[in-house]
Amino acid sequence: MQQAKCNIEYDEGILVISVSGDIDHHSAKPLREEIDTNLYLYRAKTVIMDLSGVSFMDSSGLGLILGRYSRVNDLEGRMIIANPDESVSKILALAGTDRLITIKRTDETASHRYFNTEVKRG
Amino acid sequence: MKKELINEMNLRIPALSVNESFARYAVSSFVSQLDPTLEEIADIRTVVSEAVTNSVIHGYRDSKGDVFISVKYYSDRSVKITVRDRGCGIADIEKVTQPFYTGDPAGERGGMGFTIMSSFTDKMKIKSVLGRGTAVILIKRLHKDA
Repeated sequence: MQQAKCNIEYDEGILVISVSGDIDHHSAKPLREEIDTNLYLYRAKTVIMDLSGVSFMDSSGLGLILGRYSRVNDLEGRMIIANPDESVSKILALAGTDRLITIKRTDETASHRYFNTEVKRG
Repeated sequence: MKKELINEMNLRIPALSVNESFARYAVSSFVSQLDPTLEEIADIRTVVSEAVTNSVIHGYRDSKGDVFISVKYYSDRSVKITVRDRGCGIADIEKVTQPFYTGDPAGERGGMGFTIMSSFTDKMKIKSVLGRGTAVILIKRLHKDA
């Protein structure tokens, strides 16, 4: 089991939230508080939630993602999910999240420069 | 051919959120004796996490109590996982098993717990008595070598 944590970077209107470890009911609350603080602080036009470091996620993690999607929408931004692994993708697909939120994959851990370029291109 | 019980484990843990990860890794470690695929082991971790979390949040509503986990595996490579609590019980099982239904909207859990448990296993059964507790029984058949 890996402790859940998140690393947050902001650059030119893009907020990259890289989550790692296990996301479950126990870890979701502190993650939610840290992420929300930064969502309201930066009010970024684009929020990339990089899940490449997530080792486990259950429905509490799904709730965390859908809740953040809702917050980003309220702040008139858009959210992108990056690099979920197979088991995380399975949960996202079961809930139809993959039809609601854009999911992007890169060939290695999310290259934020890649996303920045992609996002600026529109 | 009648299936035979090969091995079993029992676990009793306090209903604390910090034990959710312990429970899923304990069960998946035990089931690893059957050499499951990565997907099967991920499914098992997920359904155990969902069931134990339900006991912590809804069964005991964050009050004290124990969660009882029993795992049995059989000669036909089926695994039976029972997660039981002595919490408040479920008034309407049909309602709580609907996708996106949540009894804890402020908790942002998504209401997909039972849908995930049902989808990631071959059979799910819920037994509950109000004021007495709930048992969730999950059966998953693991792959067989060709």
